[in-house]
This record gives sequence, C-alpha cells and structure tokens, in this order.
Amino acid sequence: MGRSERYAGTAKLLLALAVGLMLFKTVLPQGMIRPPEWLVLPFADWINAVFAFLQNDLGLMAVTRAFSDVVEWLLNVTANLLYGKSRWPNLGPIPWSVIAVTAFMAGYALKGWRLGLISGGTFVWIALMGQWKWAMETLSVIVVAAPFSVTLGLVLGVLAWRSPRFERVLNPILSIAQSLPHFAYMIPVVVFIGVGPKAGAIVTIIFSVPPMIRMTLLGLKKVPEEVIEAGKMSGATRWQLLTRARIPTARSEILIGVNQVIMQCLAMVVLASFIGMPGLGQKLLQLLQSLKIGLSVEIGVTIVLLAVTLDRLTKAWALRLPVHEAASPSWLIRNRLLVIWLALCALGFGLAHFFPYFLEVERKQALSVAGPIDALMDQVIRLITPVTLWLRWFLITWVLIPMRDAYLWLPFTAVLLLLAAVGWAIGGLRSALICVAYFGLIAASGWWDRAMITVYMVCISVVIAAILGIPLAIWGARTPIRAGRILLVCDTAQTFPSFIYLIPVIMLFGVNDVAVVAAVVVFAAVPMVRYTIEGLRNVPPEMIEAADMSGATRAQVLWHVRLPMALPTMLVGANQSVMFSLFMVIIAAFIGTQDLGQEMQRALSSTDVGKGLVLGFAVAFMGLMTDHLITRWSETRKRALGI
Amino acid sequence: MTESVITCRNVSKIFGPNPAQHLVQLKADPGLSQAGYVHAVRDVNLDVRRGEMLVVMGLSGSGKSTLVRCLSRLIEITGGSVTVEGRDIATLSESELIDLRRSKMGMVFQSFGLLPHRSVLENVAFPLEMRGQDRSTRYARAREMLELVGLKGREDYFPRELSGGQQQRVGIARSLAVEPDIWFLDEPFSALDPLIRREMQDEFLRLKGMMNKTIIFITHDFDEALRLADRIAIMKDGRVEQCDTPDQIVLHPATEYVAKFTSEIDRARVVHIGSLVAPLTAPATGEPVAAYRTIRDLARQLISDPRVEIPVINDKGAVIGSVLRQTALDVLLGDAH
Repeated sequence: MGRSERYAGTAKLLLALAVGLMLFKTVLPQGMIRPPEWLVLPFADWINAVFAFLQNDLGLMAVTRAFSDVVEWLLNVTANLLYGKSRWPNLGPIPWSVIAVTAFMAGYALKGWRLGLISGGTFVWIALMGQWKWAMETLSVIVVAAPFSVTLGLVLGVLAWRSPRFERVLNPILSIAQSLPHFAYMIPVVVFIGVGPKAGAIVTIIFSVPPMIRMTLLGLKKVPEEVIEAGKMSGATRWQLLTRARIPTARSEILIGVNQVIMQCLAMVVLASFIGMPGLGQKLLQLLQSLKIGLSVEIGVTIVLLAVTLDRLTKAWALRLPVHEAASPSWLIRNRLLVIWLALCALGFGLAHFFPYFLEVERKQALSVAGPIDALMDQVIRLITPVTLWLRWFLITWVLIPMRDAYLWLPFTAVLLLLAAVGWAIGGLRSALICVAYFGLIAASGWWDRAMITVYMVCISVVIAAILGIPLAIWGARTPIRAGRILLVCDTAQTFPSFIYLIPVIMLFGVNDVAVVAAVVVFAAVPMVRYTIEGLRNVPPEMIEAADMSGATRAQVLWHVRLPMALPTMLVGANQSVMFSLFMVIIAAFIGTQDLGQEMQRALSSTDVGKGLVLGFAVAFMGLMTDHLITRWSETRKRALGI
Repeated sequence: MTESVITCRNVSKIFGPNPAQHLVQLKADPGLSQAGYVHAVRDVNLDVRRGEMLVVMGLSGSGKSTLVRCLSRLIEITGGSVTVEGRDIATLSESELIDLRRSKMGMVFQSFGLLPHRSVLENVAFPLEMRGQDRSTRYARAREMLELVGLKGREDYFPRELSGGQQQRVGIARSLAVEPDIWFLDEPFSALDPLIRREMQDEFLRLKGMMNKTIIFITHDFDEALRLADRIAIMKDGRVEQCDTPDQIVLHPATEYVAKFTSEIDRARVVHIGSLVAPLTAPATGEPVAAYRTIRDLARQLISDPRVEIPVINDKGAVIGSVLRQTALDVLLGDAH
C-alpha cells in the first residue's frame, strides 16, 4: 500500500503541473505548445534511406522479387482451380457445386449438421448471388498465404521456444507488429513488390504471422512436464520429442494459431483492395465509394458468411477431441465420410458437366437482393432520418468539434505531463517514463496535430462504447442463457473483417466523422461487452453467496463484489477495445477524417515508405502505451485481489 | 546380498542460478541458505540391489521426485555420482543415455504423462517406435502389454476417454513395453482415489510377482510403502533419514522424524516373525511357525500358545531359530520399546 500511496503523491504533483501549463497557456512560449522545430526529427528520411539501401545496394529487391514470383505462381495455380483463370494446370474451374459439397462435408465431419449447413450454405449463397469469381479471388489469396504464414509462424515459434534469447528479441518486435495498423504493412510491400494480387498475398502473409508465432510458443510451453519426461524415458531423441510429443500435444494451441492466421488473412485480404487486390474487398470498396448500399450489403453478407465459415471450421478442427471409433472390419464403414464425399463430388462434377448452372452461375442468372434492400433501406432511412440528422448535428456540434478543439488546444507539454501523471499513478517512475517516451516520439515525429485527432477519436469512441457496452454486459450477465447468447454474438462479430462495420454506418450516417465514430464505437464495444460478461460470470459463486447471506441487495452485490472482482478481466476488454479502435480509426480514414489515417492513405498512394512507417509507428506507440498502462493496472488489481 | 544396480554417492541437487558455485559455498558453510537456491537433494548415498523393490518415501517437498529423476538423469545432478550397472551416467553422451533408456529403463508418472493425441495402443507402442521397431511388431507387443494390465479391448480408445486408474494402467503398460531391467514409478497411484489405489496396488504386486525387476517406487503414503517395499528409504528435506526393511524401520526407527511416522502404525501388521528371530537356546519343541508371517497373522496362536520359545522355519522348512513369545506379544500389544 505504501508504494501506491507514494505513486499517488507524485502523480498528483505531475497532474498539478500539467494543469498549470494549461492554465498559463497564453503566456507559454510557442515551443511548449507545439513541438519545436529542433525536436522534430526527420525519421521519415532516415527510414527512406534505409529502404533505399536495402532496395538498391543490398539487392534485397532481387530476393523479394524471387519470392513474390513463387507466390504469384501459386496464386495462378489456385486461381485456375478456383475460378478458371487460364494458367497452368488448366484444370479448373472446379464447379461451385463440388466446392460447396466439400465445405459441407468438412463442416459435417468436424462438428455435425449445423456447421455443415453453414459452410456448405455459404458457398451456395456465393454462387447463387453471382459473386463466385470475386469470392474465389479473395479465397485463392488465403489458400496461398495461410500455409506460408502457418509454416513461418511454426518455425519461428519453435526457434523462440528453443532459444530464450531469440524469444527476448522477438517479443517486442511481435508486440509492435501486432499494434501496427494494416496500412503500415502495405506501403513497404508496395515498394518492394508493387501493387496487385501478389503484393496482396505477401502483405497478407506478413500480417498474419505474429499470432501463429505467439500461439506456437504458448502451446509448446504448456506441454505438461510429465509428457516430456515420459518421452525422454521412452528414449526419444530431441527431434522425436519435438515432432512426436511436443508439437502434437500442443495441437490445440497451434490450431488456434491457424485459426487466427486465417482470420487475419481474411481481414487483410479484404483491405488489400487498397493496393489493387481484386476480389470481394475491391468490389466492396468500389460499391461503398459510389454509395450503392444494396449491392454492398450483398458483398458484406458474403464476407461475413466467409468469416463465420472459416472461423467455425478451423475452431472446430482445433477444439476437436480425439474419439475412438468402434472397431469395424469393413473398409467402407470405417471410411464412410470419405466415400460419401467422393460420391457427392462425383455427383457435382456430373451435374456440372450436363448443366452448366452447376459449374458456374452466370451474371444474368444470378439472384440479387440488392433491389429489395435498397427499397427497404430507403424506407428505413426516410423513417429515421430525423433522428440521425439530429444525432449527427448534436454529436458534431456539441461533442465532436468541442472535443477535437479541446485536444488540439492542449499544449503538448501538458499532454506529456498528464500522461506521466497517469503512468506514475499506475506503475511508478518506469511507467511514467514509458508513457513519456512513447508520446515524446510521437511529438518528435512531427505529426502531433494529426495524432491528437486520432487520440480524440479513439477516446471518444471508447468512452461511448463503454457507456453503451458495460450496462448491456451487466444486463447480459444476469442469466447464463442470456450471457451465452450475447457472447456468441460478440464472438461472431469479432471474426468479421473491420471493413464490414463501415457498411451500416455509411448507410445510416453518410460519409462524415459521425459515421467513423459510430463504426469505431460498434467495433470497440464488442470486446468490452465480451470481457465484462466473462468477468462478471466468473466471479466465484461462494463470494456472491457470502454477500447474499450478508444481506446485500442486488445493486450492492454488483458494486461491492461483482464489479471489483471482474475489473481485471474488464480491463483486458478495455485494452482490446482501444487497440480495435485505433485500427478502425485508421481504416475509416478513407471515409474522410483528418487524422493519421488520412496521411497514411496519402503515403500509400504516393508509396512514401518513410512517412507511412512513421505514421504507423505513431499509431503503434499509442497502442503500446495503452497496453502497458492497462496491463500494469490489471496486474496490480489482480495481485490486490489475490487472483 | 546381491550386487547393486544403481549406486548413489553423495548425490546433491541444487536448483538456482549458479548451482555448482552454491555447492562449493555450502561445503565451506553447511548452514548457508541463500535466496534463490533450493537444495532439493543433499548428500544422498543409496544402493539399489538387483531385483529388489526400494520405496522412497517422503512428504511433498522432501526431494524424492527429484532424487528419482537424478537416477535416470532426467535432471542433471549438481554433485556426487550416480552409477547405473557400473557406468557413471553423468559421463554418458546424449545418444548413450537415450540407448540406456531405450533398453534398460521404464518409468511411470504420477499424472500418467500420456500423449493425448495417440490412442492407447499407440501410447504403449511409443517407446518401441522410438527404438525404430516396425509397426506390426510394436503393435503386437503393445497388445500383449495391454492384455497383461487388463485393458484388452480398449486399444483404440484415447487417454481422455479412460478413467484415472485405466490411464495409469496404460502408463504401466507403456513403461513395461521395452522389458526394462529398472522400473521407476513416481507416485503412480497418488492421483487415484483410495479404492482404485488399493486395487492398483494389488495389481502392481501381481505384476511384480510375474517379473524380476529392480524397482524404485516413490510414494508419500507410508502405508503404501510398508505394503509394497522390500526396503524403504525415508526422505526429509533432501536427506535420506533411514533406509531399511519395513520391519527394521518400524522396530528401530533411526531418527525422531522416522519415529513420528511409525508411531501411528499397527506394528503387528508390518513386523514378520522372521525379524524377531533369535538363535535357538534349546532344541525346538512343538509346531514351528513360518518366518514370512506377520505377528498379526499369528495373533491368536501367540496369545494361546503356552510355550516361552516358538521355533521359526524359513520358506524351505528349515528351522532358523526361535522367537520369544513375550517379544512377539510386546509387538502385538504395542509395548515394544
């Protein structure tokens, strides 16, 4: 306790200083209000110099081009198989009916009828809606990128597990990589590879490796000691131990890693439309830009269905527990699923041969629900326009603009002191220094105003998300059934690529700041709700019983027992919420914001690596600082509660 | 008696950042205790004889599990030496060590240590697979072992589908698959509930009777130790307090600590007539009793027998000495010492 009191004292002092700076802003020298010239360092030029060196002098270009040629060749093979692009091996396209029954059988074998219908149904929907080619363009990148990421992640994960020194080097790199916004990855790739499908595939590979490394490492560390000892006593060599005991025992974690890789791939491949990746993402981007709501909803549904299918299939695979089969002498019975699948495929091929409809649904045969959706949306929008208009007016004039002006009004020295105060209150000198260092670097990057706009958008969105999400979660956590349903919705919503969230908000609010904030709020509320429910549901029942027996009312139990106990878990949710918001704010830039994201888009279109990476790091530092503070706080709370 | 299979000389194991240096410091100042260092095994001297069953008994944290891992070099020792069949195992190269484990050692673990993704049959065949035996031979052998432990018909099950007792049977079958000479069992029945534990002990005694192996058995349960052991080594704080037969431990505990354990024990159930035998002073008279029987077995006879001295015979029927009835009754009624 003594320590945290001392922390509080210093923190108050720093806070007072910050307030002092704000009060006397008018008399402050300009150099204390905005970062002075001498502080702003030309990071972008340095990065550009490094890249120029890598590219030209080191000949890294040749290496990346060679690798990208391999990727391109693979992309062509899958493109041929999935949608009949005329490249080697010239076998495709595989009829959509065959792919749909394969998806159905995969779902059925992994989990049962329901998953079979979801995954089979997804592909039927795609085919019937005439989106086959776009969806397959998207899917072909995932099919190529995911195996690369998984292999790379597995190898790096094993290396990190073998060598603690390597792990120590790798860990901060992974942390930064996981908080860099999507666009920051695209710019260097565009420099080295150019634009188009193979650049899209490569950026997808790079983007989706980190979670695989993390999960592999986690899985290998979690293998019970006795399993290893049993392996050693069985006379296993190190290699045998790794391949036959450790990795198979870590199967679940590794497969969860595969699941995350695939979901990251999907999120990235949709966004890669910004660097000329054809497919669903590009279509959606075009439709959104021309405000064709009905058609973009159709594409949105497809992306959502694909996300759900891929997530459920890989999760079912990861969580599947081995079950013995009743011994059966007949080969046919033992391999019945395989036989049924082969039969269904044969049927699909046969149908496709005689009825081209089952090979490919042509544009003119395709169904569309865009018309009715547009009509419906027109009605809805007409109905709620007064509300949205008022909301828009209210938010912009009374919340967003005043908040933005306030953030921009703050002298940068006051912000740094404020952060130091928060850091000191939570984790003492070290945390204070970390906070100041991260934001000091942002100040030195020369993008202070833009960064403050990003900060303001994230702050306001997270606050609104908390105001809406936490009561919802408290209500949801009342009964287990309700909690289960809300958690299912949250889990599903979390699998959607962030891009999807823009469709409904553009529909409702049009293209402006309110739409961005609304999208970020929804995206940020999901983890908030999820972790709050989990935290509240996992409070030990004895504690609640003890409180009940002490005569506490429901509100008292909530305030004095459940919320304090759930706080560490809720903080994890808040942390994710901030991360998600940062990502979303940056993505939403193309709707038109004036923050770091907009500059990043400009850097992307002018392929300015230095600028792009500096902006990316600025965003990453915001994320890392929040992560540090919240993790510290959550750990302190946990220790105080003895969990 | 017979040669020793495993010999420990001054074995020490220290966990910490620089164990070797800490050991040197300890030699100079035995009372030293430094933060960050755990002295799990201290100066242990032990001989495990061929064919015997040595039970290492101690409460949790006494270093018994660490000791047994030193014997198989699952853990590298800090000081002293461990010799297995005449070879100092610290000097073995990695491949020699693997060879030794593949051919001579088997081990059973407290929480079974089964590979979750492999069926029962594949788990039992695992050590044979490591040796590179072909599939049909190793499966045939694995089936044989599963039949031996009473799991025939469960070959295709996965560990998670079995009860704890059944899982440990798989662990036992696996450890026996390579026909090891030395069999380590690390608290094999501690994770099981009492009824199953009893059943597994009987099963274990049955298996033990069928083969002639050197067995090192770890337990924290003194009753279990008494029931199974040829000799018991009692450990406390990394030291072996006493290593002797159950009879001797019960009759003559070497330290306070051992005495505390034995005080609650019904000695009559542990002590055999044989361990009370004194040389004959006069020619034997009347019906002799067998040396392997416990005092408890003979309680009725001891109370009603009128003789002062009762002759004792060994398992070949030869008279080896006699027992004073009063001595035996003292043990029976708890008056010894």
